[in-house]
Amino acid sequence: MLIKLTGGKVYDPANGVDGVVRDVYVENGRIVSPSPGAKIDREYGLHGSVVMAGGIDPHSHIGGGKVTIGRMLMPEDHLGNEVARTALTRSGCGHAVPSTMTTGYRYAEMGYTAAFEPAMLPANARQAHMEMADVSIIDKGAFVMLGSDDFFLRQLAAKSDFSAVKDYIAWTMHAAQAIAVKVVNPGGISAFKFNQRKLDLDEKHVHYGVTPRDIILNLARGLKELGVVHPIHIHGCNLGVPGGVETTLETIRGSSGLPIHLTHIQFHSYDTEGDMKFSSGAARVAEAINSHKNVSIDIGQVMFGQTCTASGDSMRQFVNTRSADPKKWVVMDIECDAGCGVVPFKYRDKSFVNALQWAIGLELFLMVNDPWRIFLTTDHPNGGPFTCYPHLIRLLMDKTFRKQVMGTINQDALKYSALATLDREYSLYEIAIMTRAGPAKSLGLKDRGHLGVGACADITVYADNPDREAMFEKPELVFKNGELIVRDGKIVKVVNGATHVARPSYDKGIEKSLKQYFDDFHTVRMENFRLSDDEIINYGQGEIIVQPTGARTA
Amino acid sequence: MGVMTESTGTSATDSGHYDNVACPFCGILCDDLAISRTAGGLKVTKNGCDKAKAGFERAVASTGPQIAGKPATLSEAVAAAAKLVKSAELPIFGGLGTDVEGMRAVMSIADNAGGVVDHALSEGQYRNFRVLQSGGWVMTTLTEARNRADLFVIVGSDIHQLHPRFFERIVCNERSMFSDNPPKRTVVFLGEGLDQSAAKSTRIGDVITIPAKGERIGEIMVALRAMAKGGAISGDTIGGMPRAQIEDLLARCQKASYGVMVWAPPSLSFPNADLTVQATSEFIKDINQTSRFAGLSLGGNEGAVSAGAVCAWQSGYPLRVSFASGKPHYDTERFAMASLLANKQSDLLVWVASYTPGLSPPDCDVPMVVLGTPGLALSRTPAVYIPVGTPGVDHAGLIVRCDNVVSLPLRNLGRSTLPRAADVLAQIEAAL
Repeated sequence: MLIKLTGGKVYDPANGVDGVVRDVYVENGRIVSPSPGAKIDREYGLHGSVVMAGGIDPHSHIGGGKVTIGRMLMPEDHLGNEVARTALTRSGCGHAVPSTMTTGYRYAEMGYTAAFEPAMLPANARQAHMEMADVSIIDKGAFVMLGSDDFFLRQLAAKSDFSAVKDYIAWTMHAAQAIAVKVVNPGGISAFKFNQRKLDLDEKHVHYGVTPRDIILNLARGLKELGVVHPIHIHGCNLGVPGGVETTLETIRGSSGLPIHLTHIQFHSYDTEGDMKFSSGAARVAEAINSHKNVSIDIGQVMFGQTCTASGDSMRQFVNTRSADPKKWVVMDIECDAGCGVVPFKYRDKSFVNALQWAIGLELFLMVNDPWRIFLTTDHPNGGPFTCYPHLIRLLMDKTFRKQVMGTINQDALKYSALATLDREYSLYEIAIMTRAGPAKSLGLKDRGHLGVGACADITVYADNPDREAMFEKPELVFKNGELIVRDGKIVKVVNGATHVARPSYDKGIEKSLKQYFDDFHTVRMENFRLSDDEIINYGQGEIIVQPTGARTA
Repeated sequence: MGVMTESTGTSATDSGHYDNVACPFCGILCDDLAISRTAGGLKVTKNGCDKAKAGFERAVASTGPQIAGKPATLSEAVAAAAKLVKSAELPIFGGLGTDVEGMRAVMSIADNAGGVVDHALSEGQYRNFRVLQSGGWVMTTLTEARNRADLFVIVGSDIHQLHPRFFERIVCNERSMFSDNPPKRTVVFLGEGLDQSAAKSTRIGDVITIPAKGERIGEIMVALRAMAKGGAISGDTIGGMPRAQIEDLLARCQKASYGVMVWAPPSLSFPNADLTVQATSEFIKDINQTSRFAGLSLGGNEGAVSAGAVCAWQSGYPLRVSFASGKPHYDTERFAMASLLANKQSDLLVWVASYTPGLSPPDCDVPMVVLGTPGLALSRTPAVYIPVGTPGVDHAGLIVRCDNVVSLPLRNLGRSTLPRAADVLAQIEAAL
């Protein structure tokens, strides 16, 4: 069936198209260039509406044990936020930590067609994929966590041959069905189990004798040499610590030109000026990002209201339990592999700290120049639920609105931030980069995030409403693989999304030492630790899309 | 929807040998079993405990579906079940001894039919869930405890009876990731009448018994917490135990590099046992201010952990959810299966029990649709009975371990060609 989207204003940054009125053709799930005179089976007159590729969220906690711990921990989050079953959709619930199907519906209704779980523990990968399989409609994928797992740390401690380190990284990506690798508080999750309460960039882990810097550089170099497109996804040391900005700057400077992605950088941009010893370090961070082209970031914007933070960073989350609201929380040590901390938070606009966190996130958005290296996230649900994105987009695109909101928050906080001096307004083109083209390029999704011929026909059409929040909240039309799934912000068809993975090559010989290691120490056999394709294809009723990797070097 | 098949063949007449088999017959899911299949059935040849042997080696009779005790075809039984579900005011989907796929199918039909979901063993699970939802905790997992713990405190639970290989695999292991010569471990049995026979190995140093009554363990935990904070506790005994013994326990907890308190919620079968779990969890939280300590909750037999997890990720709530209004409605008291049946608020029980023949439906007077493993003990004739396969024996599947972190693939060992509960439920739902 040939579909024609007629007369929309197209924003397709990957192909340099900035608000040009043009027709888009779709056939068999792909964007096509039909032969002249081809019969159009279905036409949608768009009359100047805005056309973009489907949104891609590169960092959103949508599946895995800690998310379900959050769901179990917070029944009060669901009360009043129940969603009724319809003829098409399942019932569900939730605000900060929505149930799986509801998560998928909400993303699709907002014009997003893919979201990536950024913190999949190898030991919990099977459950993460089971949950993601139940996230309806959208495509998904996951970043597997390394850097506090015993096998990797003992490799570094033993100064193992680097090709074996790379083999292990690649093996883990295959075993966990991952598209990228994340490191969370490098070495710190493990150090916490040895009762270390902080681990600075150059501080040694008491047992392995390695430092976070060693861990980051090995993973960064390893992924680069394996040809994995997305660079090491770094949740740095000292999350949420006033003064943590120094660690962030040192991490950037110490990256030696290797590609790195610094995630939810807002939480890592706190300085120590002023009476409260808490101030914005955003300007210094933004300057460093602007001058280091090897670095990309996402923000992890804080939004006001109730949420539930869920992180692999057990060390820092244990400290954050002091601020738990409501006062209940879970911290876990997991399988000599990783950990997690689930802590409910209420970000208050009248709180000095929360207001400043909010301002720091916006400062970073407005001071980082290159939208191709900055992605729009709230680190769902840690800074706030992903359903806040339309509001966040309006804050970025509409300085009058932004100043109005600034007038309602804790005014002392603004004294320690440069936000009031920033007049930048994001354009639709830049928003399309930050929410589509940029994440697709960074993750190596070769046929997503753009509208060129051959791209997957994940397309979102918005009314060009000057109220950008209203515009991005409720798209007019959303297509997934060329099928109309949302009309006027409501689901009209439910489809199954695919799982994106990357499979760098490795020497199968690594399994010999891994097999022995699992048999000696673990409670799961190596053979059962690995996820088979069948598990995702059959049980998830989905497909696996293997995204390309570059050639392995050395 | 496809069904995973075993490359070595699935016909019940073939012989076969399987290594690294995961065992679904208790919540710790050992996955190092070796199993052979011959014409005579399955034989556990390596690493099987009594529960595993009973589960895998049990022959299942080739019974067919029944309607009111009379033989019927599967499609007749499915149609009869669908009719009952459709006409019920408030069906309960209970038992829920199944795998992740089975539980997904339960959630789907319960959502569709406006029913309630609850697991047979949720009374035990709620001793934990109530604590999670009110205060939370610091927890660990099996591999972490196996390698790291230097102190195990067994809290009022007969672990060896519920999980026959727990001590062998998690406590008595000779090797540790962190030392070629790991230190000896202390094991404290806090509770009366606990089987200590498995706490024997060169790895174990002191074994200490504090035979407190189950319902007084909470008092001891609260006292430990108070003493740790410098509070004064009067009296020569604490929780009925000599004060010196409790002080010694506190000293050991504070000295441990990584202490682990182990409990199995089903074992804590005394009133308000959630308060004991809470006192334990709060004590553990406090110790973590200065040293490391964690809880380790076991239990989770009969697929209970999978049922709670799938229900939580799909509905937001861990079991005891009603879909009668079209939305998930959570009420831990009202939608507990026992309470619904006692208050005569339900008019149909759909019971799923695919692991052991002992997971019988409760005594009740509502009609029953039973999806059960052959041999399931039934005190009365169900309206509809459909024999189903056991995940990990008769068909493949996925299951979540007691620590709520690890899940394992279950294999089709070709014992029978009985259908999956997931497929039968989907057929019933399709016929609604």
